[in-house]
Amino acid sequence: MTKNILLVGVGGQGTILISKILTAGFMNKGYDVKMSEIHGMSQRGGSVTTQIRYGEKVYAPNIGVGDADLIISFEKIEAVRALPYLKKGGKMITDNREIYPMSVLTGEAEYPHNALDELKAAVGDLLVVPAAETAEKLGNIKATNIVLLGVLVKYLDLEDVDWESLIRQYVPAKAVDMNINAYRAGRAMAEG
Amino acid sequence: MKQIMTGNEAIARGAYEAGVTVAAAYPGTPSTEIMENVGALYNQDIYSQWACNEKVAAEIAIGGSIGGSRAICAMKHVGMNVATDPIFTVGYAGVNGGLVIVTADDPGCHSSQNEQDNRLYAPHAKLGMMEPSDSQECKDFTIAAFELSERFDVPMLMRMTTRVCHSKSVVELGERTAAPVKPYYRDIGKFALLPAVARKRHVIREQLLAEMEEYANDCPFNRVENNGSKVGVITSGISYYHAKEVFGDTADFLKLGLTYPLPRKLISQFAGKYETLYVIEENDPYLENTVRALGFSCIGKDKVPICGELNAEILREALFGTGAADTYTVETQAPARAPTLCAGCPHRGFFYTISRNRKKILPVGDIGCYALGINEPLKGFDVSICMGSGLSSIIGLSKALALQGDTRKVLGMVGDSTFFHSGINSLIDVVTSEANVIACVLDNSITAMTGHQDNPGTLKNLMGLPSPAVDIVSMIRSLGIGDDRLSVVDPLDLQAMQEAINKGIAAQGPYVIVTRRPCALIKEVARANAGKHCAIDSEKCKGCKQCMKIACPAIALKDGKAVIADPASCTGCGLCMQMCKFEAIERIGG
Repeated sequence: MTKNILLVGVGGQGTILISKILTAGFMNKGYDVKMSEIHGMSQRGGSVTTQIRYGEKVYAPNIGVGDADLIISFEKIEAVRALPYLKKGGKMITDNREIYPMSVLTGEAEYPHNALDELKAAVGDLLVVPAAETAEKLGNIKATNIVLLGVLVKYLDLEDVDWESLIRQYVPAKAVDMNINAYRAGRAMAEG
Repeated sequence: MKQIMTGNEAIARGAYEAGVTVAAAYPGTPSTEIMENVGALYNQDIYSQWACNEKVAAEIAIGGSIGGSRAICAMKHVGMNVATDPIFTVGYAGVNGGLVIVTADDPGCHSSQNEQDNRLYAPHAKLGMMEPSDSQECKDFTIAAFELSERFDVPMLMRMTTRVCHSKSVVELGERTAAPVKPYYRDIGKFALLPAVARKRHVIREQLLAEMEEYANDCPFNRVENNGSKVGVITSGISYYHAKEVFGDTADFLKLGLTYPLPRKLISQFAGKYETLYVIEENDPYLENTVRALGFSCIGKDKVPICGELNAEILREALFGTGAADTYTVETQAPARAPTLCAGCPHRGFFYTISRNRKKILPVGDIGCYALGINEPLKGFDVSICMGSGLSSIIGLSKALALQGDTRKVLGMVGDSTFFHSGINSLIDVVTSEANVIACVLDNSITAMTGHQDNPGTLKNLMGLPSPAVDIVSMIRSLGIGDDRLSVVDPLDLQAMQEAINKGIAAQGPYVIVTRRPCALIKEVARANAGKHCAIDSEKCKGCKQCMKIACPAIALKDGKAVIADPASCTGCGLCMQMCKFEAIERIGG
């Protein structure tokens, strides 16, 4: 059975690196993998989405509404925006970070700070984590993606892949230790 | 060895393995990474370059092919419109070394001004065409396209779509083929397309296409998947996989990879077998029109949407009316997050000045990062059509406004790369028509929107080597624009910007403004700005919101006062400092 993961965030948050590591991990497990991301206009602070599909045989690289088994969101309102893609019974992991879009910055629109309460009520399986905050404490907010990778691996029980060696392979040499710490911190959050 | 690759990476790899020696492109989403990969990974074996525009890129590849090299050019779908002049004629001439033209279409307009279906160019220009469905096919079809190009003496169109370009899937790598450069030979009956030659070549082209169609009827790229079903599906490209998602093994498939010339015999044999026949394709009914012309009825565009990108869910709903997918909803609406001009973007000063002068000027945009200037509150322009039109449509627009007594001055804008692409032609006509307009070149020293490619104004080329730069201001002066008709300004200097606009409004006839400041995301610029940011003294801030008018993503309004919400993204460009009447903002870090 093909599994569908949707990663959502804001341009520049590092959704691409986590999807690289995830696809490499699924390939190592012997799955067929397809990954789809749309760039272009979205790089300039717009919403970004990446879709990963894995299974014995994967056909299309992209999914539609109600198709995601798991949504990982790097930002609060991006989780709200992505919700229609979640399959009934699917899981959602989101950072509680808030990044204000221009309409909120200028005071035209209100940022829905309590959006996660409503999400929690709608989606039974919602895990909210302070991934960006944790990464910042560990030394660099850019490691948010690796914190979320740790959360995801533990939460989905994807233990039979050597994720730490993949992290070593994909992150810059000088940032390896910090990212391994970020990964472990993420795992700990999923347990807690 | 297996590797996970995007379709674009796989096309570049295919070009390498096919023994290509000449390659050129103009950047354009979703095609850009094809040539970026050729330049970065295969520069020891392939000569590659960014061309001024797609027509020039195609002509470089055509020249390479005539000279005996296997040659490739790549462009986005609308870029092919620019390139079709040589392409239609080389369709008659044919090739010496194999020639592949990659068109990356954008169903769904993810990053384009239209979603034209470039498959229609293949019959129109009489090119062979292949449509890969995934990255493995991108690589395999590229290699095959070079072989077919040489075998049938025809330029091959490789038709990609955004989902194929930007999706990753597993690719088995191979070795580079030895494809020695063929000897150049003089053959004016083939390559000098004067009328007498063209008439003969047209006849030969039609014969070769007929031979190629025979091949297409029985080739490994057009295959039947027999599942013993009474339902048949004809499809190609990414639509094949969407159809597989929907039908799985419950239908038989005719999966077409070589889609011009279309294998009419094979299509007829297949179509005749089924009680129900579907034709599944994105955008125009390209396959369907041929199926219907062959006398078969089918379910196609009567149900499958012509507009937008497909996915399995859209297909299921269109074909079977399965209703909206079961999912979750909440009442909270996420505020829109449109892409914006980055913090520190030099275009922001230009657009703020435009926004202050809207009663006197009517601005016209173009294609590039500065298209983001249209958003609130800057509302930077009224019109945006295509590359270069920002400086040419203003000629006609200014005439039409004058005829109805509208006294606003029409102002057009292009970026540096767009100026080299075709804006220079437009500006020549602005000068020779003595149009009463302001023509602006927003020079940020890079092709920014597509992810920072070098252009004729930069000092480096695609292969990473130093290259001479063409000076935009000297070019403009050479058109006869003297200092009385020219302002070269730093767009982040609001006073200088306003003075330039004032001069432009006062001038009779063409006035040119060049704004010069490099993109804040260029590595060297970002490094120089590291540690710099602005800070707002909340005591001094009166909450007048003046600084919000520049729409900077680093500034937020919190409890009635402005704050630098994201000091990490702030470059300390100082535009907000110029907006503040209370001297509440200072620059930290130099």
